[in-house]
Amino acid sequence: MSEVIKIKKGLDIQLMGKAEAVFGQAVLPEHFAIKPTDFHGVVPKMVVKVGDKVKAGTVLFFDKNRPEIKFVSPVSGELVAVNRGERRKILEVVVQSDGLNDAEQFGSADPSQMSKEEVIEKMLNAGMWPFVRKRPYDVIANPTETPKAFFISGFDSSPLAPDYDFVLSGKEVAFQAGIDVIKKLTDNIHIGIDADASSKVYKSLKGVKLHSFQGKHPAGNVGVQIHQVAPINKGEVVWVMNPQEVVALGKLFKDGVYDASRVIALTGSEVEKAAYFHTKVGAQIKPLVQGKVKDGNLRYVSGNALTGLEIECDGYLGAYHSQITVLPEGDYYEFMGWVLPGLNKFSVSRSFFSWMCNKKEYRQDTNMHGGKRAFVVSGQYDKVLPMDILPEFLFKAILAEDIDKMEQLGIYELAEEDIALCEFVCTSKINLQSILRGGIDLMIKELS
Amino acid sequence: MKALRSLLDNIKPHVQKGGKFEKLHSTFDAFETLLFVPNHTNKNGVHLRDAIDMKRTMAIVVMAVIPALLFGMWNTGYQHFRMLGQEVSFWEQFFYGAIEVLPIVIVSYVVGLAIEFIFAQARGHEVNEGFLVSGMLIPLIVPVDTPLWMIGVATAFAVVIGKEVFGGTGMNIWNPALIARAFLFFAYPSQMSGDKVWISGLTDATVDGFSGATPLGAAINGPLTDDFSIFNSFIGTIPGSVGETSTLAILIGAVILLYTGIASWKVMFSVFAGGFIMALGFNAIGANELMNIPAIHHLCLGGFAFGAVFMATDPVSASRTECGKWVYGFLIGVFAILIRVFNPAYPEGMMLAILLMNTFAPLIDHFVVQGNIKRRLKRATA
Repeated sequence: MSEVIKIKKGLDIQLMGKAEAVFGQAVLPEHFAIKPTDFHGVVPKMVVKVGDKVKAGTVLFFDKNRPEIKFVSPVSGELVAVNRGERRKILEVVVQSDGLNDAEQFGSADPSQMSKEEVIEKMLNAGMWPFVRKRPYDVIANPTETPKAFFISGFDSSPLAPDYDFVLSGKEVAFQAGIDVIKKLTDNIHIGIDADASSKVYKSLKGVKLHSFQGKHPAGNVGVQIHQVAPINKGEVVWVMNPQEVVALGKLFKDGVYDASRVIALTGSEVEKAAYFHTKVGAQIKPLVQGKVKDGNLRYVSGNALTGLEIECDGYLGAYHSQITVLPEGDYYEFMGWVLPGLNKFSVSRSFFSWMCNKKEYRQDTNMHGGKRAFVVSGQYDKVLPMDILPEFLFKAILAEDIDKMEQLGIYELAEEDIALCEFVCTSKINLQSILRGGIDLMIKELS
Repeated sequence: MKALRSLLDNIKPHVQKGGKFEKLHSTFDAFETLLFVPNHTNKNGVHLRDAIDMKRTMAIVVMAVIPALLFGMWNTGYQHFRMLGQEVSFWEQFFYGAIEVLPIVIVSYVVGLAIEFIFAQARGHEVNEGFLVSGMLIPLIVPVDTPLWMIGVATAFAVVIGKEVFGGTGMNIWNPALIARAFLFFAYPSQMSGDKVWISGLTDATVDGFSGATPLGAAINGPLTDDFSIFNSFIGTIPGSVGETSTLAILIGAVILLYTGIASWKVMFSVFAGGFIMALGFNAIGANELMNIPAIHHLCLGGFAFGAVFMATDPVSASRTECGKWVYGFLIGVFAILIRVFNPAYPEGMMLAILLMNTFAPLIDHFVVQGNIKRRLKRATA
């Protein structure tokens, strides 16, 4: 164990509705959906048709550009719908579960006896590969590339995030099995752990380097941890994975089946009793949230309040998400809102009198609290991005579509989640995450 | 509230695109958002946002300027009656000053906002709040006897040439309020300098044996008298532009700006540091009367404090990198004192120093950005 890396910049947004460390009772939903839009840059090509029977692990679609990358069904049952959006873009591939949980058999295997290619092959076939993502760009990794390191952030520091000590308890063996698989991909495995947590699962692992981090969000972001330990330079690639996906990877090799089960936290100020639940990738959240949320106009977010995706109350859990956040909608007019003292308003600045109240947790809604403006206030972003990057100049380079400048200013090191706080604090209400994604898309297009 | 809201909702369709009064859209929008924070919600990206917005930010700055404005009103009256040799009550002094100052504020706001509204409509933008601050700063940095039409012309020049030609708030290179001041200074020098313009009514009246010179004007001719003691300059009972005289009132504003986190303490601190160090250096040389003014006293005179707190900290025209802010602020302080001491024709060095450094801020940022790029390259090759 090396020394603690202290992250000085950042911001913990104190919200109401943190999940209590207990499991809630919930039935598994009937419907599950894999959303191709969760996987950035993937153009889906369907393999099965509506009405086909599928098992857990049966390929539903693959990526047209990289046919080896396959996406599989989380449960057994029947494919009931392929929901399309504008220009017939596939939005959701819906499977109706038969409750039997039949699974495709991929055969258990010992990764230490296999070559790297065989391991990758197995992961690709069993639909585990989409969970290996790469930096730069934060897209599904390219199996033919060789990463300089593999990073796993062992904790999530985002608002109301699940506590991985709780989520992973009892899964030590599967996690180690997952690490043993990853070791075949690269020897250089790093796990970032929270210096203030017990991190029991991680501390007993073999074959990994642990780095402990202390500080506010985004200390738990894998991008921030990479920046501190082994920053990404031009031409370098780092692969990343979420902890629960490592467990699923371990189970694939141990038991020979695709395991889509996840523990998620149902959080947010509008949840009656925030807690953890057992569910599966792509689960419809309706049975989960039904009767557990307060009345009113609500926003359901798959993921956390900063980076998550807005879904309907009968929408589906995102593939990479371990959290559902329920927030009050803010679609109201507030009379003279910008003049009022604002005792219940959260702001990094002390321009609202809420600093006098010493309030611990806020019930924030989705109102923008103002209109869009040009960049005016300076230095705001720098305070919440713990990287040696000048965010404002990078954003301006992206807006100018200046590829050289983007590269020089460090776009390779950033993903949307890393600058979500910049977007949160922005006085000018600029959509920085989508600007960054636009820049990344341009890089991918121009440099491939 | 409900009635007001439904009134706005009734008007709204007429000013939307295709409506009868389409041309008033930006104007309507400005008033609507002034009355009600809009019902827009976050889509794609963060679902929550910090409660602060541009209106709040600018409102805080305006609030921070209020002490200087109120003091300026009182001081206008105080100086006027002192010139006449009359003893009047505090409130008489204040009301006299208010009647002199308020028309300037009104002219500045009406002219500036009218132009802002027209540009916003032409561009299809929302009206930007930036002028709420500029419109308040302009009256405070001019001599109280400046004719109102000059204020109007200067404001129009500042908004159009200083800001809108660059694309509006956030795009301008120079501080718009200082552009107005500089315009007046160079276009109408006789009304903007000398010993007569600083005290209300002095240009018309002839009062024997009374000098209306500002301390910086007076210092050219000899040591400062007791009227211009450090205490008086700090409290602000000296002649000068409306809002600049009271360092105390300005410091109250500075505390508001710094505590709320609206202005950069780095800029503010380094301006004072730069000015102080430069003045100390000149004290050591002591070749003329201006050089002999003690360093602390320098910081209380003229527009130094006002410029440091309200002008240099304008985030748009200042350096935008954190390292750059130190350099930017420090050089403003240095140049302000330098110009003051070596060029008695322009005793108001602060305005020129800030405009000069506004010009160079992008260059400072360029070097900071290049430093960041070089660090990243070095890391790659290491």
